[in-house]
Amino acid sequence: MVVVEFFKNLFRPKEPLAAPGVGSAVRPSDPDATVPLPDLGSRPSPDSLKSKLPPPSRSRFTVGTAQDVGMVRPHNEDVLLTFTGELNGLEPMPNLGLFIVADGMGGHSLGERASALAARSIAQVALQQILPSLLADPAGDVERPLLTEVMESAVAAANRTVVAGVPEGGTTLTSALIIGDQLVLCHVGDTRGYLITDNHFEQLTRDHSLVQRLKELGQITDDEAAVHPQRSVLYRAVGQGDGLEVDVISRRLTPGTLLLICSDGLWSLVPDTLLLEIIRQATSLQAACDAMVKAANDAGGPDNITVVIVQMPG
Amino acid sequence: MSTRMQGQGDSSLKPGAVLQNRYSIIRVLGVGGMGSVYQARDLRFPNATKFVAVKEIINIADPSMREMVVRIFEREANTLASLDHPAIPKIYDYFNQGDRSFLVMEFIDGKDLETYVNDSSEMLNEEHVVEWAIELCDVLSYLHNHKTKDSQAEPIIFRDLKPSNLMLDQHGSIRLIDFGIARNYQAGQKGTMIGTEGYSPPEQYRGESSPAGDIYALGATLHHLLTKQDPRIEPPFSFSERPVRKANPNVSMELEAIINTALNYNPADRFPNAQAMKEALVALRRRSSGMLSRPLGTGRLDLGNLGKAGESTASPTTSASATPARAEVTPLWVFKCEDEVRGSPVVGNGLVFVGAYDNNLYAVTAADGKLLWKYATDGGLPGSPAIHQDIVYIGSEDRRLHAVSAKAGKLQWTYYADAPIRSSPRVAENHVFIGADDHYLHAVNTATGRKAWRFQANDAVRCRPAVTNDRLFFGCESGEFYAIDLRGERKWHFKAKRGITSSPLLANNTLYVGSLDGMVYALDASSGWTIWRFRTNKPILSSPAIDGNLLLIGSADNYLYAVDVRTGREAWKFQAEGQLNSSPAVGKGVVYIGSVDGSVYAIETANGKLRWRFKSGGPVTSSPTLANDIVYIGSFDHCLYALTA
Repeated sequence: MVVVEFFKNLFRPKEPLAAPGVGSAVRPSDPDATVPLPDLGSRPSPDSLKSKLPPPSRSRFTVGTAQDVGMVRPHNEDVLLTFTGELNGLEPMPNLGLFIVADGMGGHSLGERASALAARSIAQVALQQILPSLLADPAGDVERPLLTEVMESAVAAANRTVVAGVPEGGTTLTSALIIGDQLVLCHVGDTRGYLITDNHFEQLTRDHSLVQRLKELGQITDDEAAVHPQRSVLYRAVGQGDGLEVDVISRRLTPGTLLLICSDGLWSLVPDTLLLEIIRQATSLQAACDAMVKAANDAGGPDNITVVIVQMPG
Repeated sequence: MSTRMQGQGDSSLKPGAVLQNRYSIIRVLGVGGMGSVYQARDLRFPNATKFVAVKEIINIADPSMREMVVRIFEREANTLASLDHPAIPKIYDYFNQGDRSFLVMEFIDGKDLETYVNDSSEMLNEEHVVEWAIELCDVLSYLHNHKTKDSQAEPIIFRDLKPSNLMLDQHGSIRLIDFGIARNYQAGQKGTMIGTEGYSPPEQYRGESSPAGDIYALGATLHHLLTKQDPRIEPPFSFSERPVRKANPNVSMELEAIINTALNYNPADRFPNAQAMKEALVALRRRSSGMLSRPLGTGRLDLGNLGKAGESTASPTTSASATPARAEVTPLWVFKCEDEVRGSPVVGNGLVFVGAYDNNLYAVTAADGKLLWKYATDGGLPGSPAIHQDIVYIGSEDRRLHAVSAKAGKLQWTYYADAPIRSSPRVAENHVFIGADDHYLHAVNTATGRKAWRFQANDAVRCRPAVTNDRLFFGCESGEFYAIDLRGERKWHFKAKRGITSSPLLANNTLYVGSLDGMVYALDASSGWTIWRFRTNKPILSSPAIDGNLLLIGSADNYLYAVDVRTGREAWKFQAEGQLNSSPAVGKGVVYIGSVDGSVYAIETANGKLRWRFKSGGPVTSSPTLANDIVYIGSFDHCLYALTA
């Protein structure tokens, strides 16, 4: 650290980063001007979510999870998988997180087998590609795989595994890989991913469902979609043959941001506003997840309920 | 592939079972939502083998409803029995037995069109499909114009037209099977299912059914037959995104237009009735059989709104040949240098600074293009200058970095590299950072012109580095891309398959950079992990620009690409007539870029449409600079141009 300080001193006085021009008139026109960075040194104030949650961890992901079979179904076809890793000290490793929610379908035990196979398959393929590079000396000659391609290959492998292993089953899948503050999310079906910052609640994923398309075409309203007889009809799922098209979303997550992934057993019963209110009232992410499951069950709990909430370090 | 995942309880009748002492079950032909369809033998004809089809409806309604359900079934069976059309199977009998109702009808020995299309290894022949479509329009027209016994209009809506409900009989004629009697009694679905109905029109999901819905379903069926794309596993109502001719270029434009018309979301935009669609198809058949020498697709079909339907499938790719909104572009001023202007101008202090291959750095007034001063180096100036605190910095092929006063062009200092400098400097933290062909990135003190340190790369460094308050990022000609800290120590590196001449763009802690391997890479600035890569078809020399969530970059494949940074996928692309090695500049919803074809293009970032084009007298590899609604750009024709944005 002493050496770093020495060289920081070398470049003093430390001023805000200047673009290679003479001021704002030039900045926007410089084709390769750097865009101002978010102030990485700042921390969100503890009440930035206007919630009772404790402030985010300084170094690692905070995770809450909950899963319940619900009030009606005899068994659980949802799968929840979380993996986190941290390495702090000299040459710290960017935090690793892998979070998967999958909702299987197909009757008998086909659904639960399909979702379980898919989640395991993704974790295997993704972590096999990522861990060696992540744990290697960062200054050395490290070959780092492409994050979106890692996740796409992992979902493709999961698809093949389900097609071969449970030909009559299928599963939805929302799978989030976080390296440092970089999120890469792969999505198929109607499990959902949300980002929550301050009071902003953003749905990252788009349901691959009939009613979602009807809404986009202006044929039905949100309220009609919520009670539409075909609201559970999907047009895309893992395990339905070759050539699965996957939505891939990459996002940089700001400190303290919450990522929420859940199955339709939660979101179709508990409206966004109530999810946000539960987060505001909760004293921990775990308490929030438990309260969300309870809210879905209080609303009838017709389906399996799975939720994971991850908070980025602050 | 199974599109429905709900298991069907096996309640089918077994072979050998006899119904009404008359119909001996031979085999199950199909299993539907409400029961099975069987092939049976009619025992009333002991000396002849007469087959019939027996359709079963299992009545699951509770006892209080059962009587009503049976009554509706009987009424509909009577309606069907009264129909008389060659494409509709004859109804012979109906009866109730236990909790099931049965309909006995003509057995059609043939193949349904779903099986037919799945079994054929090649695309179906257009002429055959048109012939079937005409027959189907005919039978739809018959059903839609149905009248009751006392001549009251009572249109029959088929509501479930799809390849699996169409049989091709032994004579090659189309027959409609599976009239929708059962559909009225379908119970609500339970649990998540995969696979939509695929062929049904959007309005049917609001409970509306009309003749226009059958026309849509016929369009969807024809689309499936001609493209082999099963709509039940595609996004619903996505036909317009998947034009027929994209999957099957042998289909005529006319037939595609007819199908598009049938598939309009708005029922009012479809054919007004099945007869009108039939007439369009008949006209198409007449033309294609009457004019065999005419190449497919060159004629126009005079059919009212067909053209409108065709437009809805316009490709998101636009090209330079499109008519510009503003065709004539006259420069505000032109400044002529003594040789090619390859580098990019920089604007500051009311002046434009640009280097040329005549070895001179020029300072020209931004408003009217008057020469203020010129400063001579001993080599060509392929890069762009940087201006910082009234000093202009520029690298030269004379191996030197020159620091010159902006006001008067007076030399402050020069710094020697060991090889020509073909890159552009970046000024930050009181240092100038610049790469050279000596493989080093040099950090030079702005005040003294002395070296602070230099970092050895694997090959020549020709890009302009990106910088944060503690890191520098740049690539080199062998494809390595480096992140180093401000004391010149490597933090991470990445390797592209070929050289990186493109200058990285840093936005939201993500680096975007093009490579001669044709890829655009998105790299995490902290860790060096690649988030995504986007493939173009030729090397990339262009440096990216960003506008909201769109990354804009040119390629030697002649396209300007707009890539969504969140997905790494193409939003649109614009085709120029030459390579795009210039770096785009963005302002007020318009992106500007120069091309080797000699033009400067102004393109709307929202949709990739050309706004205007300016033709210079030589290739434009210089990158535009935008200031006060004026675009400044150089050309191989020796000129620096000022164009109104």
